[in-house]
Amino acid sequence: MTIEQISIIGAVVAVSFGAIGPALAEGRAVAAAMEAMARQPESAPSLSRTLFVGLAMIETMAIYCLVVALLILFANPFVHAH
Amino acid sequence: MNGGTSHSPFDLPVVFNVGPVPVTRPVVVTWGIMAVLMIGSRLLTRRLRVRPGRVQTAVELLVTTIESQIGDVIPDVGGSYVWLLGTMFIFLVFANVSGLVPGLQAPTAYLETPAALAAIVFLSVHVAGVSRRGLLGYLREFARPSIFLLPLNLLSEVTRTFSLMIRLFGNVMSGEFIIAIVLGLAGLLVPLPLMGLELLTGLIQAYIFTTLAAVFIAAALGATSPRSETGKEQTT
Repeated sequence: MTIEQISIIGAVVAVSFGAIGPALAEGRAVAAAMEAMARQPESAPSLSRTLFVGLAMIETMAIYCLVVALLILFANPFVHAH
Repeated sequence: MNGGTSHSPFDLPVVFNVGPVPVTRPVVVTWGIMAVLMIGSRLLTRRLRVRPGRVQTAVELLVTTIESQIGDVIPDVGGSYVWLLGTMFIFLVFANVSGLVPGLQAPTAYLETPAALAAIVFLSVHVAGVSRRGLLGYLREFARPSIFLLPLNLLSEVTRTFSLMIRLFGNVMSGEFIIAIVLGLAGLLVPLPLMGLELLTGLIQAYIFTTLAAVFIAAALGATSPRSETGKEQTT
């Protein structure tokens, strides 16, 4: 296999496995926030603000994997620019 | 959004050169947004009246909402950071959404603009901390709750700024990238729902960037560390 083919497989693995953890975590976070909002609707504004910030934090993990995959594909240090 | 799935998101397209300095496309779009914002806010605040008209009411609503949101995160002195964080929020909204205008690309979809904004946040956090507590008092915070956590606290200062940059860049860039790929694969009008999603993502990312900057500034001011206040109460 050439280094380009290995890079493509590496990018796919990075994104697919990197999406598993954040997906589970975001599901848990949203479920917990929904439950809390259903119990106490008056606390919904502060809850949703915290929820958005927390979701962004969690999503950063997936974004890191995406950036790594794009680095592998487009800025690979082992592939010499043509 | 100029198609082309082989276009690398790390390349900077140069528009023209000023002497030896190359001027890239995000710089041009950024200056355009700055011009629109400055001229727009000048026009909107030109004739302010005590009994506001329709436009002035909308602007006042926007400003007071931003003020109250920042005041929620930074208690007591939130008003003195509205100029920084509010400007940042409005600029980010325009910058993230500008990618949806045909022919433009969001400046935040290139790594350099989020890096510059994150650097501004990094510096203003430390300036806020030092100006509130003095240099020694601020540096002492890093050795809290124990001196052994000093390296971790210093590391977290760098990594959270880095993640602020990567988060904004990754979200905006990936949205534009996916739209470009779908446009190349499926054709005209198919990526419209994705563009709606990108609009939402741009607004949320602008909100999150600003909120996190406010949270960092509040932490540097000591507003969110009840530990120091209880310590003071015990000694007096």
